[in-house]
Order: sequence, then C-alpha cells, then structure tokens
Amino acid sequence: MTTPPIGREEVTAAPTVPVEEGAKDNSFLAWILRILSALVVPAVLVLFFFAFEFLQRRDINKLVQIGTALVVGVLGVWVLYWGMDRLVSALPARTGAGVRPFAFAGPAMVLLGFYLVYPAVNTFILSFQNDAGDAFVGLANFQRIFTETTYLVAIRNSVGWALLVPAAAVGIGLYFATLADRLPRRSEATAKSLLFLPMAISFVGASVVWTFIYRFRPEGFGEQIGILNAIVTGFGGEAVDWLAVPLWNNLFLMVILVWLQTGFAMVILSSAIKAVPEEIVEASRIDGANEWQVFRRIVIPSISSTIVVVWTTILITTWKVFDIVYVMTGGREGTSVVAQQMVAEFFTFNNDGIGAALAVILFIAVVPILVINVKRFRAQEATR
Amino acid sequence: MTTVTETAHPAAAASSTPPPSRRKPNRFPVYLGVSMIALLWTIPSLGLLINSFRDPRAIRANGWWTVFGEVFDSATWTIQNYQEVMEGGFANAFVNSLAVTIPAVVIPITVAAFAAYAFAWMEFPGRNLIFIAVVGLLVIPLQMALIPILRIYTNVGVAGTLPGIWLAHAGFGLPLAIYLLRNYMGTLPSSLIESAKIDGADHFTIFTRLVIPLSIPVLASFAIFQFLWVWNDFLVALVFLGYNESVRVLTVELSDLAGRGEGTLSLLPAAAFVTMILPLVVFFALQRFFVRGLTAGSVKG
Repeated sequence: MTTPPIGREEVTAAPTVPVEEGAKDNSFLAWILRILSALVVPAVLVLFFFAFEFLQRRDINKLVQIGTALVVGVLGVWVLYWGMDRLVSALPARTGAGVRPFAFAGPAMVLLGFYLVYPAVNTFILSFQNDAGDAFVGLANFQRIFTETTYLVAIRNSVGWALLVPAAAVGIGLYFATLADRLPRRSEATAKSLLFLPMAISFVGASVVWTFIYRFRPEGFGEQIGILNAIVTGFGGEAVDWLAVPLWNNLFLMVILVWLQTGFAMVILSSAIKAVPEEIVEASRIDGANEWQVFRRIVIPSISSTIVVVWTTILITTWKVFDIVYVMTGGREGTSVVAQQMVAEFFTFNNDGIGAALAVILFIAVVPILVINVKRFRAQEATR
Repeated sequence: MTTVTETAHPAAAASSTPPPSRRKPNRFPVYLGVSMIALLWTIPSLGLLINSFRDPRAIRANGWWTVFGEVFDSATWTIQNYQEVMEGGFANAFVNSLAVTIPAVVIPITVAAFAAYAFAWMEFPGRNLIFIAVVGLLVIPLQMALIPILRIYTNVGVAGTLPGIWLAHAGFGLPLAIYLLRNYMGTLPSSLIESAKIDGADHFTIFTRLVIPLSIPVLASFAIFQFLWVWNDFLVALVFLGYNESVRVLTVELSDLAGRGEGTLSLLPAAAFVTMILPLVVFFALQRFFVRGLTAGSVKG
C-alpha cells in the first residue's frame, strides 16, 4: 500500500483510488457532516447503555442481561456502522467519499478522546490543583511527593521493582530458554508450558497463590502452613513473618511478579534463540569456542534487540504494578509502590491532587518508551 | 508484535537445511537445570490446587505437602470448599465477570476493526498523524484515566454499572486493537482491494466480505489478549464497579475474601481456582493463539 510521507498527504494525496479521490468536497457543510458521522455511533451506543442501565435496575435476570449485551455488542454495533454507511451513501457521491472515513474511524476516535486523551490532560491539570480540585497550587503536590517519607518510600520501592523484576524475569527466562533449547522437542514443550502457565493467572490470583508460600504463624499458633516457614522450621530455624521484614518484604513481593512474567520472557526469547542461524553456532564450535563463548559472543548479540523489547515490556508492567501490593500487604510495612499509593490517595484519603500527581509521575516515566515507539513506527513506515 | 517478529534473524528463513542436532553428549545437567526451574515454578500453583481439595480443617491445621502420606485416604479429599465458595458469592461473581468480559472484548474489536480499515485503506486528511497519535496512546498508564473518568461517571450515574465498565475497557483496549489490526490489514495485497472496487464493491462490502475474513488470525490474537486482560483485571473493576455485590467480579471477590483473614483461609485455594479456571482452559485449548495474543499485546500501556 502506498503511504504518503507524514504531513504532506493533504497536498500531494496520491490518488490511489481514482474514482473517489478526485476533488473532495471540502465545503463547510461537508465538514459538519464528517464530524456528525463520527459522533452518531458513540451517541447511539451511549443511549443504548442508558436504556440497558434501566433494564439492570429492573433486576432482570443477569443471564438475560448478558444475552442482550452480547446481541447488542455483536449485532447492534455492526448494524450501527451499517446504518451509518447507508446514510453516507445517500449523500452526493463527492461529499460521501469525504465523509465515509469519518463514519468508519470516527467512533474509535471519539472513544479514545473520551477515555484516554481527555482524562490524561485532565489528570495533568488536577495534579497542579488542591485535593478538592478548586484551586491551583502550582507544584505543591509534587513537592510533597518528593519530600514526604510516605511517597518517597513508594517511589523508592517502585524504582526497586523496575530495576530488579525485569532483570530477574529476563535472566531466568533466558537461562531457561537456552537450556530448554537443548532438550528433545516434547520435553521442551512441556517444560515451557509449565513456566508459561502463570501468565494465565490474574495478579490477584497469584497473590493468593503466594499467600500459601509466605504464610506465617507465630510460635504456639499451630503448624506452619506456609511452605517457606515449614522449610525453615523443618531445618530447626525460627519462623519468619516474611512480609514484615523491612526492605526484604519488597523483594518477596517482587518474586511474585517474577514468577508471573518469566514465562513471557522465556517464550519470546526462546523463539529468538531458535532463529539464530545454526551454521554460525556450529562454525564457532568447530573453531573451538566453548558453550559459554557461543552463548556470550554469538547468541546474545543475535538476540539483543529481542532482549530489549522483552525487558521494556516487563519494565512497563512492573512500573504500574498495583494488585500484588494491594492484596498482599496493602502497602503496609514499607511495601507501597507508586501505582498502589495513587489508588490509596484517591480512594481512601480523597487526596485527588496527590493521586493525580502520582499518576503523572507514572506517565512521565514511560514517555521515553512512547517516543521510541513512535520513532520506531515511523521508521518502519518509511521502509515499507 | 512487529517489534518481536522483526528481530527474527533474516538468515533463519534462508537456512532451510535441517539443523544439525544440538544435542550435547551429556544432557544430565541440562535436564537438572530445566526440571529445577520448572519444579520451582509449578510448586506454588500445585500446592494451591492440592489445598483446594482438602478438608477445611486440614487446610488450617497443616500444609498441603502433608497429604503425601494420605493420598489414598478418601477422607483427605473433598469438594466442599468449591461448593462453599460458589454459594458464597463466587457463582454470582463468575456470571458478573462474564457479563463484564464478553461485551468488553467484542465492542472494542468491532470499533477498532472499522477504524483500522479506514486507516489502512481510506484517504482522509490527517490520517497518518492521527494514527501516530494512536501509537502514542499505547503506553499511557491506565492510572492517568481513572480520576477524571470516575468523576464523570459519578456525575452521570454510570459508576458501578456494567455499560460504564464495558466502554471503559473498550476505550483502554482500543489503541492496541487499532494498532494491531491496522498493521495487519495494511499488509493485505492492495490488488485484492482494487479489483473488488473495480467489480463495484463499496467500502462496506470490501470490509465485511474481504478484509474481516482475511483478518481472522489477528482478530483472534487480540480477542484472547483482551479477554485475559479484562478477565484478570482488578484495578478497573475496583474503580468503576467496586465491591457492590450485584456487579462485583471475580478478582474483586477474591481480593475481598483474601482480606478477611484467618477465618476464610480454607476457602482461598478453591476461590482462587474458580477465578483461574476459564483463563486456564483458554490456555490449554488455544495455547498457540494464546502465546501470540500475549506477545501481540505486550506493548499495551
């Protein structure tokens, strides 16, 4: 497909589709129609949802509700788009050709605008306001965050998570993928699915799983049912309340996310390792390289860009971790992280200003990744 | 994900000769390393699974590993926990989770498919700039959206309702959906689209009869990713639905149960498995698509 260089298409618009793309109707009326066509579908959706809400209030059987939702979600939305398309077709051909893309792409843009663009801008503004949201306080929220211990602890922990979790997940994933690559096919597949399985589990579910690892009972309150303490006491040691040990408790929580994310790293790295040309590996072996040298000098450089992608992906997930801390400790014992602190400020303490400022901090940290994404995308487009 | 596939070494495709065996003379250390890690990774969920079928008193009294002495004793095993959990709100929450998830998967797919088609095959002013903006939206943390949206929802009375969370999930899932679908649809041969046009097909017909059927693989990948994401989501459900019993979903129900302390401890394993069962079924049934869906969704913010 021919993609004109960004920013110039209005001028040069290469007529790939000669029938439609001649002189477009750019009158004022045509623009009104375009905007309207983008708004109709979301407007009808919202209307429907209010009607649905009415059904819900009437205490109608939930399965009937789901059924209705499904029918509307699948058929209704399609019918809406189809109806819009018919309406556009009724317009004069020249006007219609200009309006149709808006009927197709418009609804998505309206939803994106409402659910992502507007709130993001609004959160920025809120972060400069007081907690009631009725006066601007400049950078006061950020100043508090970067001076008060509560928030500094959350930031310190989040940075710790961001440094350690991706490293551990990628490290173990890479080690495992390299080893599994040497196994017969069947054993490799089985071993890999065992490692990958936790990916299907929710963070809340995983937290419950690990409750039974870290569970602690003080002396005299019965046998240890957490496996970690059972092992410790089995060797004659004293049971430890793992989630209350300062600083270390953060590490124990991080282990849960490593457990969840390693499979993801492993699967992607494994396919990258398999793509390393066998000839090169064999040639270097013949030249006398040992296994470690092959790995270090051949495999690692060949898969380095995959490692970077996997690392950043896990980094983003880790940076926004919320559920694990919320369920396991609720942020007590010095285990809070930025995303969880943000929800706590917003819901528990009604500190909307601080909450918004914490969200902004979460966002600013991923801006470099956003820029890289956009750059990489433009480079890809340029080479198409 | 393009970022992943592009890293595959180009020479790999060229080397069509069967790769010489990677087997090393002594594979014992390899087996040892692999099984050690695999075991470590399996023990937590295995322990939970065993616990979920044990007598409630036994769960509270000692660890799951003690069953190995009494595996064949029928008194060891019971499904009582599952019964109790289902009656205690998890059946209701399961239905709620379905009610949230199905529309929250279907709506964004439809909306995104139309948009992706427009971005790939229609000309309109600002097309590339808008699409780049969509790529930028990919990494916006959900947390940026919570406060303003909840304020609006509370004002118009949509907070705590199903339609509110459907549209929220749809909105949050759209950037990824549009990005994936547009990139896929853009690679369809343009001769195909052109010849359909010459045969008199309009955009709507081309979209429904040609582009959608050809895009099934990427639609499936996104559907699986979005399903897992919505089903396992806790934050969005907590904020927009909350603990209100008529709408609380599995993750919220489970986190509530986990917070109730020692008294409900014996119910936790069974409850956790009730929340996991559907994703696990999807995992085993569609492992291939599952992996593809997850890797495809790995850029989501």
